[in-house]
Amino acid sequence: MVAADSEGPKEPGVRMFHRERSIPLRGSAAALCNNLSVLQLPARSLTHFGVVHGPSTQLLSADPEGVPLAQRQLQSKESTRVSPPLITQVHWCVLPFRILLVLTSNLGIQMYESDGSFMVFCHALDSGDASPAQAVFARGIAASGHFICVGTWSGRVLVFDIPAKGPNIVLSKELAGHQTPITDIASEPAQGQDCVADMVTADDSGLLCVWRSGPEFTLLTRIPGFGVPCPSVQLWQGIIAAGYGNGQLHLYEAATGTLHVQINAHARAICALDLAPEVGKLLSAAEDTFVHIWKLSRNPENGYIEVEHCHGECVTDTQVCGARFCDLSGSSFAVTGYDLAEILRFSSM
Amino acid sequence: MSMRTLPLLFLNLGGEMLYILDQRLRAENIPGDKARKDEWREMDRKRVMNDIISTMFNRKFMEGLFKPQELYSKKTLRTVYDRLAHASIMRLNQASMDKLYDLMTMAFKYQVLLCPCPKDVLLVTFNHLDAIKGFIRDSPNILHQVDETFRLLIEVYGGLSAGEFQQIRQTLLIFFQDLHIRVSIFLKDKVQNSNGRFVLPVCGPVPWGTEVPGLIRVFNNKGEEVKKIEFKHGGHYVTAPKEGSFELYGDRVLKLGTNMYSVNRPVETHMSGTSKNLASWTQESIAPNPLAKEELNFLARLMGGMEIKKPSGPEPGFPLNLFTTDEEEEQAALTRPEELSYEVINIQATQDQQRNEELARIMGEFEITEQPRLSSSKGDNLLAMMDEL
Repeated sequence: MVAADSEGPKEPGVRMFHRERSIPLRGSAAALCNNLSVLQLPARSLTHFGVVHGPSTQLLSADPEGVPLAQRQLQSKESTRVSPPLITQVHWCVLPFRILLVLTSNLGIQMYESDGSFMVFCHALDSGDASPAQAVFARGIAASGHFICVGTWSGRVLVFDIPAKGPNIVLSKELAGHQTPITDIASEPAQGQDCVADMVTADDSGLLCVWRSGPEFTLLTRIPGFGVPCPSVQLWQGIIAAGYGNGQLHLYEAATGTLHVQINAHARAICALDLAPEVGKLLSAAEDTFVHIWKLSRNPENGYIEVEHCHGECVTDTQVCGARFCDLSGSSFAVTGYDLAEILRFSSM
Repeated sequence: MSMRTLPLLFLNLGGEMLYILDQRLRAENIPGDKARKDEWREMDRKRVMNDIISTMFNRKFMEGLFKPQELYSKKTLRTVYDRLAHASIMRLNQASMDKLYDLMTMAFKYQVLLCPCPKDVLLVTFNHLDAIKGFIRDSPNILHQVDETFRLLIEVYGGLSAGEFQQIRQTLLIFFQDLHIRVSIFLKDKVQNSNGRFVLPVCGPVPWGTEVPGLIRVFNNKGEEVKKIEFKHGGHYVTAPKEGSFELYGDRVLKLGTNMYSVNRPVETHMSGTSKNLASWTQESIAPNPLAKEELNFLARLMGGMEIKKPSGPEPGFPLNLFTTDEEEEQAALTRPEELSYEVINIQATQDQQRNEELARIMGEFEITEQPRLSSSKGDNLLAMMDEL
């Protein structure tokens, strides 16, 4: 049974997107996945953006019109090894009592106050058992309760216990479950007694591990890969959204690991996913220059996962490397592209 | 980030260099006896190509190249190609060498960016090697060297996962970040915009083994498909017709990496309008470089593996100009924007006093202690080459 997609707005809230003022960057965005982090501070009418350039990361804040207000560059820690420092990801972690900015690189992990003004903690990676051909790096960052989880090149996920304030951050455990480099980690607050899964980790082989978080992290289920990396993953109301290197977007039931929806979403590798959790909107961005917006929901009768395509945007001649919603209703989003020294903004408001 | 990137970078850039040199050598007018003009030109062109290719595919050099290692700086790599380009009686001056390197890097950057999937960079490499074998098809020894490298590529890269190829792709793109030199053949073919950015078409084949976007499939708890929905994805993609061959011989299918130059399509670069995004580039070349010592070691290892033929007897090195006239070449050298000059390891050229002293110290250490295995003549060659660049 094939149903054609109907043209035009499906509900009054869904309108077309238009380009808004871009925010200039000091340096272009590097060709990494998930290369844009956004911290929304609606109470202060501010949005923070973080983009990795290479050996440095740029942080900037902008007002609702996109006018840049302040900017700062963070360098990776000094290298004692031969390899030049390369930051792999920047991400704001929102914890119950504080917000920390986390940087991962080929040297280790650095955690800063949310405005990047002060480094609170750093952790050097142990490259001891790496073979000569293996690149050593950290990648994949998520907050889960009062923990920050960070992935590594070996597949191990480091879990850091974060106090309500101060620098006494401790590496409390290492999760085993993956054998290839971690690409991304997603988490959501526990949904209640029925919905126990609240963290998903993904890796270069496409394997997904589904966890129940602390104080003890329990591996609930594994969803095997199929020969392509899974660069980006999101978790919403017990639904795992996974973007793959072959352009497909899969939706799984987190509790069981069952595949419920398979979307041929993009013509090239997906590089970023983001969620607007209050409305169940999902954003997918890929190297094919497209950004697509989807509406996730559950069928009220049987609880099955449903998805609807809302909008597709072609970011001309741009190999997208990062994309995020900029407001809670999912009515605006920002995009970074390889070699592009600006953050592109789109809005339907 | 990936430790397996260097061989692919070196071979593909080398391949582009050979395409360009071959095209220029065919177009070049070599003075000589009128009656013997054609014969001499053909013979010398073949000789130059043979010399460079056999140096490039030298076995010891290749073994060193294929060891897992980080990509070193652009300066180090540029120095290797300078040396390679002079591995025969051909001589290129600074302006022509700069232009050659610009073209090589922009061409490979384009190829990497447009590969439908990360593993296709291996097909691009095979395209270059297939063409290189065409250049030296009359020389069985050199052909054998190239085939050996082919086998090494298949052995090392044939079994890598999609995830590892994605890392290689990202490492290459990071290496080429912020290079926006406009190449006239790309502008004419509309694959590059006037702002230096490449055109990314939203049509054409999807990677082999993947499906065209536009379909949503819904499954029940038992894994049975219960619904199919189409959506408008915005592009005009088609399924890939055929898989490219990763064997020693075969149809690669992908056209990226094949020779786009011919005698009638001259290669020019535009220098203007490219200086805007070079903040990071200049940053790298001005700051004191603590990696200089490691890079010199790397160079020495590579050079040690390279057997450079010096011109023997009374034959002069003949000059090759990458521009249409000598005047153009001089003009290009004078007007090349400061930020685009390749500051190859060259003590005299650096203006920074601290960097100068640091490099001089490193060179001093290097000479005395670092490479005792290098015979003094090779060591001198290396240092002499450094100084004259």
